Amino acid sequence: MSQPKREGIGNVLIFAVAVCLVCSVLVSGAAVALKPVQKANRVLDQKKNVLIAAGVLEEGATTDAAGRGVEALFADFETRVVDLRTGEYADDIDAQSFDQLRSAADPSRSTALATGEDPATIKRLEHYGLVYLKRDSAGTVETAVLPIRGYGLWGTLYGYLALDSDLETVAGIGFYQHQETPGLGGEVENPRWKSQWAGLSLFDDAGAPAVALVKGKAPEGSDARSHQVDALSGATMTSRGVQNLVNFWVGDRGYGAWLENMRGGRV
Amino acid sequence: MASSKEVLFNPILDNNPIALQVLGICSALAVTVSMANTLVMCAAVTAVTAFSSLFISLLRNHMPSSIRIIVQMTIIASLVIVVDQLLQAYAFAISKTLSVFVGLIITNCIVLGRAEGFAMQNGPWLSFVDGIGNGLGYSALLVSVALIREPLGAGTLMGYEILPTVNNGGWYVPNGLMLLAPSAFFIIGLLIWALRSWKREQVESADYEIAENIQYREAH
Repeated sequence: MSQPKREGIGNVLIFAVAVCLVCSVLVSGAAVALKPVQKANRVLDQKKNVLIAAGVLEEGATTDAAGRGVEALFADFETRVVDLRTGEYADDIDAQSFDQLRSAADPSRSTALATGEDPATIKRLEHYGLVYLKRDSAGTVETAVLPIRGYGLWGTLYGYLALDSDLETVAGIGFYQHQETPGLGGEVENPRWKSQWAGLSLFDDAGAPAVALVKGKAPEGSDARSHQVDALSGATMTSRGVQNLVNFWVGDRGYGAWLENMRGGRV
Repeated sequence: MASSKEVLFNPILDNNPIALQVLGICSALAVTVSMANTLVMCAAVTAVTAFSSLFISLLRNHMPSSIRIIVQMTIIASLVIVVDQLLQAYAFAISKTLSVFVGLIITNCIVLGRAEGFAMQNGPWLSFVDGIGNGLGYSALLVSVALIREPLGAGTLMGYEILPTVNNGGWYVPNGLMLLAPSAFFIIGLLIWALRSWKREQVESADYEIAENIQYREAH
């Protein structure tokens, strides 16, 4: 019988090492071979999210009405890196390879936020942020898309906020990654709810961010209503989170300085 | 010796891995909120079960029994990682929502159960077919659950609206429970009940019987 020999210590070791070797070759082979495709997917997905927030691409579609694909549509957008502290462009950083989320985790390129100054609960704020600009034929900005993020109920919501040419009015919003409860907070994805954001006025008369997610909007035509969006029903914490994060990113610590420079024609 | 046809189709109704063996419940609760995710998950589990059974069956005569479970786990884990990488490369949108559950196929009891319970005793071809069969049994139950959960919970099926919801200006008020994991427990329970009412031989004998009440007598 070969049974006793198979159970010998030498045989066990040889068998274990052989299985480990074959399996590791298989796993690392798959990971390495597929990496370029996966990376291209992630980049394409990011572009798609920008386009969806800007309203040039329908959710779930791969081309717009004229049949232009994601790459062609994204070519209209100019990607720039902004120094969030001064509101000026930081052209020494390559915008194509700049990873904003990674830099937010890097202590040398971000600042820790104290509890009081961190309404969006992002903990660390990066020094530099990306903006995506679409210009009309005369060269003036038609749409500006800003990355936004902040804590909802279960986790951080990641999205984009698109602004109209005046940089005070919302053109659209979209969250591409979140962990909110499906059907409740998860309704941040609902196209019908998102459509209310278009035309929303971001700042009050004093120039402070004033977006509010409310239950029951102020009467039609009132000044308060121009800053209001219906809160998500059954999702108080998510609604509060969205309100805080939008106000944070268009405010002074976020892109506020850059928005002001743009409006004043200084950058 | 069972024919490969029996091995393939038995797990769908007569020996369903979820309904009869009650294995793999975790992912059945987690992914059945949407039909698209369910189908991808089913394909992933079927592929992993079939190929892990095949490889383990090929190695079964050389495998020292003292390390067989860890060897089986290594093979299963490698296959799962490969499947996850493939999904990230070719089904990116779905892999974003499914990635964590695909990783958890490693701990899906069906895969290890078939490896240890079937592939260690049977030839490669039969083991492969058994893996496919059990994957189909798993899929049949998951698809039935998703078929109930997605329309009632979100008003859609495969992302297409079939019950226009109030949020989108329709009439249907979605049942929030259907979006949460416990609803799958109820649905799986009802499906098991239906299946066992139809196929009586699946009813298990009771583990114990409750003794009759004893007449209470006062000690004198």
